[in-house]
Amino acid sequence: MATQLLRRRASQILSNANPNPSSPLSLARSFSSATGPIRATLFPGDGIGPEIADSVKQVFKAAEVPIEWEEHYVGDQIDPRTQSFLTWESLESVRRNGVGLKGPMATPIGKGHRSLNLTLRKELSLYANVRPCNSLPGYKTRYDDVNLITIRENTEGEYSGLEHQVVRGVVESLKIITRQASLRVAEYAFHYAKTHGRERVSAIHKANIMQKTDGLFLKCCREVAEKYPEITYEEVVIDNCCMMLVKNPALFDVLVMPNLYGDIISDLCAGLIGGLGLTPSCNIGEGGIALAEAVHGSAPDIAGKNLANPTALLLSAVTMLRHLKLHDKADRIQNAILTTIAGGKYRTADLGGSSKTTEFTEAICNHL
Amino acid sequence: MARRSVPILRQLLTSPSTNLTPTRSVTYMPRPGDGAPRAVTVIPGDGIGPLVTGAVEHVMAAMHAPVYFERYEVHGDMKRIPQEVIDSIKKNKVCLKGGLATPMGGGVSSLNVQMRRELDLYASLVHCFNLPGLHTKHDNVDIVVIRENTEGEYAGLEHEVVPGVVESLKVITKFCSERIAKYAFEYAYLNNRKKVTAVHKANIMKLADGLFLESCREVATKYPGIKYNEIIVDNCCMQLVSKPEQFDVMVTPNLYGNLVANTAAGIAGGTGVMPGGNVGADHAVFEQGASAGNVGNERQLEQKRANPVALLLSSAMMLRHLQFPSFADRLETAVKRVILDGEYRTKDLGGTSTTQEVVDAVIAAID
Repeated sequence: MATQLLRRRASQILSNANPNPSSPLSLARSFSSATGPIRATLFPGDGIGPEIADSVKQVFKAAEVPIEWEEHYVGDQIDPRTQSFLTWESLESVRRNGVGLKGPMATPIGKGHRSLNLTLRKELSLYANVRPCNSLPGYKTRYDDVNLITIRENTEGEYSGLEHQVVRGVVESLKIITRQASLRVAEYAFHYAKTHGRERVSAIHKANIMQKTDGLFLKCCREVAEKYPEITYEEVVIDNCCMMLVKNPALFDVLVMPNLYGDIISDLCAGLIGGLGLTPSCNIGEGGIALAEAVHGSAPDIAGKNLANPTALLLSAVTMLRHLKLHDKADRIQNAILTTIAGGKYRTADLGGSSKTTEFTEAICNHL
Repeated sequence: MARRSVPILRQLLTSPSTNLTPTRSVTYMPRPGDGAPRAVTVIPGDGIGPLVTGAVEHVMAAMHAPVYFERYEVHGDMKRIPQEVIDSIKKNKVCLKGGLATPMGGGVSSLNVQMRRELDLYASLVHCFNLPGLHTKHDNVDIVVIRENTEGEYAGLEHEVVPGVVESLKVITKFCSERIAKYAFEYAYLNNRKKVTAVHKANIMKLADGLFLESCREVATKYPGIKYNEIIVDNCCMQLVSKPEQFDVMVTPNLYGNLVANTAAGIAGGTGVMPGGNVGADHAVFEQGASAGNVGNERQLEQKRANPVALLLSSAMMLRHLQFPSFADRLETAVKRVILDGEYRTKDLGGTSTTQEVVDAVIAAID
């Protein structure tokens, strides 16, 4: 009974110290001050998912990260509460824990259900997709000095899915930009820049042609920029941005964009550093939820053969740790990964080497 | 035997730059009267526009090309393009244009878009290729991006539904998708290109881009000799920066075309050297291929260091369009020789020359 009283008192103190429980900053702070391990939801996914998820668990155990995994799998029946193959329990678990890690999920074919990614996005209100793109030292691509982060608005814009046929042969598709969503993603972008010590935020747009829609997005970004005077803010037209990215990616720092441009630019940046197999990604939701994910496919042809490259999922897990403010653990694991790849001796097949997944993971654990 | 090998040895020992000498192997038979000078409307535009169009006029005069220019002043902050300019283009059918700046969010629709819509220039073409002698991170790039120019996301139909919520309509019609697909395949057929790739996002925008793809597939069946494939736009950008040699001709709707053209121009050498133009059933407007939305900055203008190569190569395309292939070949060879020599290059290519120096070098290289 005494421990119960203590726990209640502790939670009271914590809630008094955090007057605004839904801001991402305060929720993250409450994680690190909690006693005991942090619970996180893990979706291993399909194909190579389980192997690379095992990799992550092994590395985290070797690094003694205080995270307890709750594993959830995609079901084989449609759950009527969520209209998809993801069960209500899985989604509740993410909402409760506040952090999650998702492996690649193959889209089940058929009708009568929502796609898995769409379910996660709508149910957890994931509004921002963050992709840090950093050149991996030792893995040579044509670009060596990429060090930027793309933050993409994930809910509206051109991907609202609102299309209809006006008359035969004429189709209209709606692009929707709202003040609320633009403000939300701009706030997150500047907050991220501040907490990670970034100096510049660039808003990417095409407001010279789409004057009202992208104009509204820019207006919201400008409003938020005024609240952060120490961060430089600039606006770049998207065609200029594409050109500058392929000529000199070092010019950019943090990029914030609406949905479609974000999709294209974040994949372009992934191509600059070596492809989707090496790119981490993290989705931020309302209430400070963070769902880190690997954006590559489930590669069913190499599933179960111990050939998969776990780098993307590992780096995404590192992004998750940074969201939880466990910076020292995150740095240790990231350095171990980079040193292993730079070393050149242990590389999986897609990077040009011949190591197995387990050998690669062990090498990382040894480098910790 | 030594005597017989002398001419072969001589050929082997000749320096590589003479590979650029055009060989007169194809005889072009003009119709009598084709040599009469043709009128071309020229719009200098804003920013570095006047500088580079002046460069083209200078080179054309030095070559004694059978074109004469009718100059009209249009600036980006005008509300509409003056009717006399439109009439002149309709009379001459060919126009050469510098860039027109578009004010940001100012409520004025872009003059470039207006011109394309009025003259129904429905295909925009950008030819992105590695210039010999210009070192870039990517080799073996030879991509032609053909972009639908009139509809799609740039229809300009926007409105505020309630305060704080804005809608923009993206319109795709079968008519426009079909004619751009036809143009792309016809271009590939007439220029001996082997593959046409359609760029889309039909996994998300199923109806709109689905209609575009349907039109492309239909036209593809009429050209069995040309390979056709489709690629999603985000994958396309990723492939462009890692393996650009897989692309040949790309056909895209309006917005994706803008991005893909600028990305391809960036990987092949920059927007300062890529030629391009807009063409419709009746008229053609030639301009710098991919301008990345800017018309040069103040410093470039003051120091007169703008790069005229893109507009010179576009004017070579214009000469071919006007059916003066020999002049076009001479101009292109001269420009490529100047780039290969490397002595006269503007700042964006890593050199220090001014526009005038590059122009003089090109004139000297014309034979």
